[in-house]
Amino acid sequence: MKRYSAFALAREALSNHMGWERAWASPAPKAQYDVIIIGAGGHGLATAYYLGKNHGITNVAILEKGWLGGGNTGRNTTIIRSNYLQDSSAAIYEKSRSLYETLSQDLNYNAMFSPRGVMMLAQTHHEVRGYLRTAHANMLQGVVTEFISPQKVKELCPILNIDGPRYPVLGALWQARGGTGRHDAVAWGYARACSAMGMDIIQNCEVKGVTSANGVVTGVETTKGHIGTKKLGIVVAGHSGQVADMAGFRLPVEAVALQALVSEPIKPCMDVVVMANTVHGYMSQSDKGEMVIGGGTDGFNNFTQRGSFHHIEETLRALIETFPIISRLKMLRQWGGIVDMTGDRSPIISKTPLGNCFINCGWGTGGFKAIPGSGWAMAELMAKGEPGPLAAEFDMWRFKEGRFIDESVAAGVAH
Amino acid sequence: MLTLECPYCGVMADETELSPGYEAHLKRFGPGSTDEEFEAYMFARKNPKGVHFERWRHAYGCGKWFLAARDTATLEVFGTYPAQSSAPPQALQDKIKAKRPDWKGF
Repeated sequence: MKRYSAFALAREALSNHMGWERAWASPAPKAQYDVIIIGAGGHGLATAYYLGKNHGITNVAILEKGWLGGGNTGRNTTIIRSNYLQDSSAAIYEKSRSLYETLSQDLNYNAMFSPRGVMMLAQTHHEVRGYLRTAHANMLQGVVTEFISPQKVKELCPILNIDGPRYPVLGALWQARGGTGRHDAVAWGYARACSAMGMDIIQNCEVKGVTSANGVVTGVETTKGHIGTKKLGIVVAGHSGQVADMAGFRLPVEAVALQALVSEPIKPCMDVVVMANTVHGYMSQSDKGEMVIGGGTDGFNNFTQRGSFHHIEETLRALIETFPIISRLKMLRQWGGIVDMTGDRSPIISKTPLGNCFINCGWGTGGFKAIPGSGWAMAELMAKGEPGPLAAEFDMWRFKEGRFIDESVAAGVAH
Repeated sequence: MLTLECPYCGVMADETELSPGYEAHLKRFGPGSTDEEFEAYMFARKNPKGVHFERWRHAYGCGKWFLAARDTATLEVFGTYPAQSSAPPQALQDKIKAKRPDWKGF
């Protein structure tokens, strides 16, 4: 892998930029690997990367049904934060956020992490109490957040209407170190680094079945033939239930559609991320100038990657109330992703009933922010066969044993 | 927009008139059941990519709960039936089978 640098840019400019090599290779699958990861989204690629970087395992294939990063990694609103209530959530999301800080240097690929600050508005007294509690919990967890006044909110985001007739802003939970990243670049950066370590990223290769013998996985049946493996990692978000079904076990997840949309690009008007969970919408401005907008999930099982139109209407209605300035903006694009929701709205990073098969799923509506931390924890689990401290609480048996990591109540609606 | 016919009042109801209630025909387990049964009742869901049976409530209409058969991969609706059904009506199952020959059945 040729390193990217200012010097490389100057050197390539001399040859009219014809000399750049491909960021990652597209090899044909080998017959056997030490590790196969199903799913070349952010989480799958990050798992592979930390397997190589932290544990020295590089005989790895990452199989992808479509194209790299074309699932939820390319379909989210790129918000990065770690202000969760429960200790185990705060630990893994904060690990992830801190890895994002140095990700560009680590991968030698500009992931465009922008720690512009994330603000979660409190618009009811219930929310004020909830966020004060979260701020106190974060203080104990070592996550830097603070509860700020409406005046401070207005100062940080002047286009925000803090005196709305329905839900005036009563304060906000502010995480100055949160922000946004470039979703595609995160996937591409990890892919390039994995490829440089000698891992095989195999796109357009759908897994059709999991072969096992005596309770251990021996390989996967794919559209490119049978591929053997010593260990299998399932990191497929929305289709986790389907792949788990191939492996012969069930997951406590349901797949629903989550939508997002962007407006036409406008001049810079907000340099923070604002989440308004009571009215149900969140917004930030991309570097291109588009307002990036997200809202709630549909309430029914859906695998179509497109959601219900009335949810877009609800989201925009809420945001126009919060940001009157956007009322005449045209919306350019809208899309949906299939998110896998667990009963407690916390992820699963777990061993499975099959000895050498591991699963990472259930990130629901908040997976992008967790990519580096999730990969870090999953790689540790797959390399050692036992979860490390980050993943220990997130096993799939917690639902049977009642050890919920309850963020569905703690985090409100938006993740 | 998803449109379901309420089997009670006969109205073709838009999604905005309805409240979703997720998987239908769950068998209830409570005190005295095993941990596995209780977990399955509480959390294990079929979550199929394809034919699915769901609970819906005609929330902004007659208020009744009813059941619907729907394809989660195409959003096609096969039909609706009363909530007091322990299994989908045979006629509906036959209709689904005709449209989805590889459907494994209820």
